[in-house]
Amino acid sequence: MENLIALLVAAPLLGAAVLLCGGRRLDRAGHWLGTLLAAASFGIGAVLFFDMVGKDAGDRALHQKLFSWVPVADFQADIAFQLDQLSMTFVLLITGVGTLIHVYSIGYMEHDERRRRFFGYLNLFLAAMLLLVVADNYLLLYFGWEGVGLASYLLIGFWQHKPSAATAAKKAFLVNRVGDIGLSIAIMLMFTTFGTFAFGPVLGAAEGASEGKLTAIGLMLLLAACGKSAQVPLQSWLGDAMEGPTPVSALIHAATMVTAGVYLIVRSGAIFNAAPDAQLVVTVVGAVTLLFGAIVGCAKDDIKKALAGSTMSQIGYMILAAGLGPIGYAFAIMHLVTHGFFKAGLFLGAGSVMHGMNDEVDMRKYGGLRKYMPVTFVTFGLGYLAIIGFPGLSGFFSKDKIIEAAFAAGGAQGWILGAATLLGAGLTAFYMTRVMLMTFFGEERWRNKATASPAEPDVEPAAQTHGSHSEPHPHESPKSMTIPMIVLAFGSVFAGGFFAIGDRFANWLAPVTRFEHPHPPISVPVITGATIVVLLLGVAAAYLQYGRKPVPVVAPRGSLLTRAARRDLLQDDFNHVVLVRGGEHLTRSLVYLDHSVVDGVVNGTAASVGGLSGRLRKLQNGYARSYAVSMFGGTAILIAATLLMRAV
Amino acid sequence: MNPVNYLYLAALLFTIGAAGVLIRRNAIVVFMCVELMLNACNLSLVAFSRMHGNLDGQIIAFFTMVVAAAEVVVGLAIIVSLFRARHTASVDDASLMKL
Repeated sequence: MENLIALLVAAPLLGAAVLLCGGRRLDRAGHWLGTLLAAASFGIGAVLFFDMVGKDAGDRALHQKLFSWVPVADFQADIAFQLDQLSMTFVLLITGVGTLIHVYSIGYMEHDERRRRFFGYLNLFLAAMLLLVVADNYLLLYFGWEGVGLASYLLIGFWQHKPSAATAAKKAFLVNRVGDIGLSIAIMLMFTTFGTFAFGPVLGAAEGASEGKLTAIGLMLLLAACGKSAQVPLQSWLGDAMEGPTPVSALIHAATMVTAGVYLIVRSGAIFNAAPDAQLVVTVVGAVTLLFGAIVGCAKDDIKKALAGSTMSQIGYMILAAGLGPIGYAFAIMHLVTHGFFKAGLFLGAGSVMHGMNDEVDMRKYGGLRKYMPVTFVTFGLGYLAIIGFPGLSGFFSKDKIIEAAFAAGGAQGWILGAATLLGAGLTAFYMTRVMLMTFFGEERWRNKATASPAEPDVEPAAQTHGSHSEPHPHESPKSMTIPMIVLAFGSVFAGGFFAIGDRFANWLAPVTRFEHPHPPISVPVITGATIVVLLLGVAAAYLQYGRKPVPVVAPRGSLLTRAARRDLLQDDFNHVVLVRGGEHLTRSLVYLDHSVVDGVVNGTAASVGGLSGRLRKLQNGYARSYAVSMFGGTAILIAATLLMRAV
Repeated sequence: MNPVNYLYLAALLFTIGAAGVLIRRNAIVVFMCVELMLNACNLSLVAFSRMHGNLDGQIIAFFTMVVAAAEVVVGLAIIVSLFRARHTASVDDASLMKL
């Protein structure tokens, strides 16, 4: 059975290699091959899963050592895999949702002449992400981590002919590099502290190591997670990453990429358990991000960017839960899985809407689409109900658990985190209801599109491919797109309940992450009740603003907060002022320093030697008598000095 | 034997020679002053030799005389050729060796 783990990674990797090296003759069948290999990976994952379920909870973890990668005296790194319950969960999520997105892309990318390449990149993405989650040491994990970064860069910038897409890809890559530095420093610290990278020894020895070092490692791991999972302060790439094709957004947000940060923190749980300060920072980052993302999501008119804000916010929930320690790890992963279902469903739904609307992304130019796209409406609607945590659907179970765990963190911290998660739940309900109402309900604002100028400049190029100012004809998407949406909608509805009953999911992960029941200071039904009340308030607020009143086609000016949120709460301005300007000032002052100090010393030495020798040169005037004087003087001084030394 | 008077004389001769070398422009006079300094040294060497009852100093004085004689040959030749080329024996006129 162990030998299958390598195949799990190898299948999509093979797909990527064949599709990217195969050339144009694969254009006809390339997408089928890519999808087939993703599905094969899922099949292998399923086989391994059922094998794992058949064993006792204690010895479910599988290990496979492929070969020794870097064998140098004390520095041993292996290409070795570890498949335990945590990795298994991710493998199934990545391959399952990934395969559905492959199927969806067949229809979505049908008219793109570079579809083969697209599938090659998708397979590469899956392979890198699978490598990341099945690695048995941090160095191999880092390899997969970088692979994910590369694949995301290639996919976000897939439409590289658009300058905005090329810029977005660069931005995502650069911001991710900042996080990667954190991971590499963390790995170096681990090596100096524990002398190894393998999960087993490192996590086993974490209890005994000094807390200061563990805190440093934890914070560096958190920095890495912030980069990949788009957490404050490294969140700015996520919104721009919407420049990629919609299936890519779904893949990045649901199955791969942003989940890597949560995986890293949960996997390194033993380190965080022993470093409470690092844990506190993790929860703070999570809480800040969940509110940050939610506020951004409330103001965006671009359907994909609204969903991107929502992803940021939901990942914030997961990071927060992961920062709570053993009471939260299982819930973080559980929310991650349910989120994988409904967020993939929502993105695929958004893609389907765009597909029918000439690639229009501005929700103010949607409206009343439920009649034209019934399947998209129903699946998107189920995803919507799941993400806002409507009782009985997936999101309700997973998010409610996180809110309980947040309250159970204890003391003032528990109350603050709990309040943040509750507020986040309300905001989630608000912005998702807003998306829902603006897209599928209300009047059909796309009808008078020709008169309803001005069009947004950044969506113009996309619209031009279909002839820009003609009225769109919304229509349901082909089967290859709707079937994955239906499957994901099933997951959105039932997964949470299935996982939550009797703490099934928490017990499944318990051997890896340990599990403690949260004991919130107020009783669980009260919290659940409060969550539902907040949820209804959010929905009602959105209904009052966007359901009762007609939605203006041109966005109103809005309050100060709205305008800030439309600009992603000024994150780019902040980065520009602090980092870009600061960096420019720094480099300029360094250049000045280089010119004045470093060059100054060198040039000054040269100039003073030159000047001195110019002066000394004057001594050589050609007069024999002046030479005689200097000789005489020199001799006199020498003799005087000698006599003086003798006397002393 | 008390060498003090000899040494005073030697110092006086040396000073006169050194001053001549530094002050006078005529190459012949400068040359003679150099000889004067050498002889001042010879005088002190011989005086110390007598004082210690040791012949080493007197032998060195002979060597000095031989070297001085050789020097006179070379020096006078240079001065004569200089005078032929420039029609002057002033050392300050021969100041081309400079930057």
